[in-house]
Amino acid sequence: MRRGLSAFNMTAVALGLAFLYLPIAILVIYSFNASRLVTVWGGWSTRWYVALWNDEAMLEAAWTSLRIAFLSATAATILGTLAAVVLVRSGRFFGRTAFSGLVYAPLVMPEVITGLSLLLLFVAIEADRGFWTVTMAHTTVTMCFVAVIVQSRLLSFDLSLEEAAMDLGCPPLRAFLTVTLPLIFPAVAAGWMLAFTLSLDDLVLASFTTGPGATTLPIRIYSEVRLGVKPEINAVSTVMIVVVAVGIIAATLISKRGVVAR
Amino acid sequence: MNGSSDKTRPLLRFEGVVKRFGDVPAVDRVSLDIHEGEFFALLGPSGCGKTTLLRMLAGFEQLTEGHILLDGQDIGDVPPHRRPVNMMFQSYALFPHLTVAGNVAFGLKQEALPKSEIESRVSAMLALVRLEGYGGRKPQQLSGGQRQRVALARALVKRPRVLLLDEPLSALDRKLREETRFELVELQQRLGLTFIIVTHDQHEAMIMADRIGVMNRGQLVQVGPPSEVYEQPNSRWVAGFIGDINLIEGRVAATGPQGTEIKSETAGRLHAAQPADVSLGTSVWLAVRPEKVSIAAHAPEGSQTNVFAGKVADIGYLGNSSLYKVKLDNGLVMTAVVANRTRLLERPIGRYDRVWLSFPSDAGVVLTR
Repeated sequence: MRRGLSAFNMTAVALGLAFLYLPIAILVIYSFNASRLVTVWGGWSTRWYVALWNDEAMLEAAWTSLRIAFLSATAATILGTLAAVVLVRSGRFFGRTAFSGLVYAPLVMPEVITGLSLLLLFVAIEADRGFWTVTMAHTTVTMCFVAVIVQSRLLSFDLSLEEAAMDLGCPPLRAFLTVTLPLIFPAVAAGWMLAFTLSLDDLVLASFTTGPGATTLPIRIYSEVRLGVKPEINAVSTVMIVVVAVGIIAATLISKRGVVAR
Repeated sequence: MNGSSDKTRPLLRFEGVVKRFGDVPAVDRVSLDIHEGEFFALLGPSGCGKTTLLRMLAGFEQLTEGHILLDGQDIGDVPPHRRPVNMMFQSYALFPHLTVAGNVAFGLKQEALPKSEIESRVSAMLALVRLEGYGGRKPQQLSGGQRQRVALARALVKRPRVLLLDEPLSALDRKLREETRFELVELQQRLGLTFIIVTHDQHEAMIMADRIGVMNRGQLVQVGPPSEVYEQPNSRWVAGFIGDINLIEGRVAATGPQGTEIKSETAGRLHAAQPADVSLGTSVWLAVRPEKVSIAAHAPEGSQTNVFAGKVADIGYLGNSSLYKVKLDNGLVMTAVVANRTRLLERPIGRYDRVWLSFPSDAGVVLTR
């Protein structure tokens, strides 16, 4: 039996949504503000998007962020999937508990601590901080999200499918690639999307591990905002919101389709 | 029965095969020969190790001890994908992302055969299992019986030296299961292949197999043709697992070419036609199948050997036969099954009637364990 929402529920939902999304809605609306002043409405305009398009430093930061997100999400997906396979399939082996703990540690570790420890590591090994160190830091943290998603899919995977493939003459690695991977692909793809999104909007880790010449978009925005909010920031934030939202919606749809196909 | 052309070298030989999971032996010192063209059934209750034995043959489990020889070659170290055996899984394990034809072709593609040969072999195999025209469907779009035939086709198309079937009929409903039993036997004889089936259903094993290996607690307790395992069980456990059995305990009073005399404290004098290889006074059991026990409302005349008086405690009407549970005067409960050959709506023997049970000397088997 489904009942309609009561007045109380309606209010709660409205307040909740407003609390979560009103700031974002205001930001999106003000990105189309014609006025130079952020707090004064001066009519509709897309001039800040044009300004953004001509702001090379901002575009450079966005491009850096996208490349880092793409590379780290791909690396995290490969490592996270491997970790999930080991955790689900290998049964008990020496150090399994430690391994699963280490895989999941970044999920609960405060980012500041992860960032600091990575910074200390990169300093200790005298790595030049910049594009690659940020990519590595993002890979480290996002691979555990991928591992969690893929692991839950693998747990419900019928192992006899892979055995059947081997029985029919498939070597183990090819059996994994031709049978298991296509069937767990929705989870892997959802993991990639999530890793991509997490990397794209990370500020803390990037601040710790970046160096000169590799400014990511969140760092750029943050540093500009400290000098006062320009309407252009609203525009770039809106673009970010759209990209992240598309990523999350796609990840949700892909993993839902995977559930239906099962 | 197909028998074998070469009795000296079996197609498949298990030599002292042991599999332990931790300290628990799942398969315990199994030695067995299987010949070319045989339909062999591994029969036992769940957890008896029959599936583990099959999985060791397929290569999914490593042997703890012993050897498995196929065509005289030890295949212990050969990985599953290089073994010339194929398995039909209990869950069928059809690939949901491939079509029916894609599933059947999967194994041939691994052999890198020319495309034309793959196509012709797949369509021939689909015809053999009566699935022409279903090649383009996904497994999810098929009925249970059709899926079972796809799984069979996928394993058979590889032309295995031995086809392994793990409870192949357990997912089908009863009517379909009974039809499929005969289809499988017919297919096996037509192709002349060696089949090893794992099942917990004794009817399935008896109907289909040339020989049955009965397993209990990891050990192979008896191997033989279905009639031998049924009529000549070698232990009380086998007798009870394959069908129903009446067991009467006693001591051997005499044994020789005339048969075995057994004195029972409860049931009096018993006689079995076969001699027993035991010394006098040994405690034994006489095992008699219920359908070999006659029931009568009057005491039989003549010899009183193998005759017991009692009261009918329960009657089970099974349609084609009736089952009488009789509580004997000595306290023992015996079962007699009588075929309902005429359409008697009122049975001549009713509940609580006094009856006499008897069986001929050649009906009983003397068991020592």
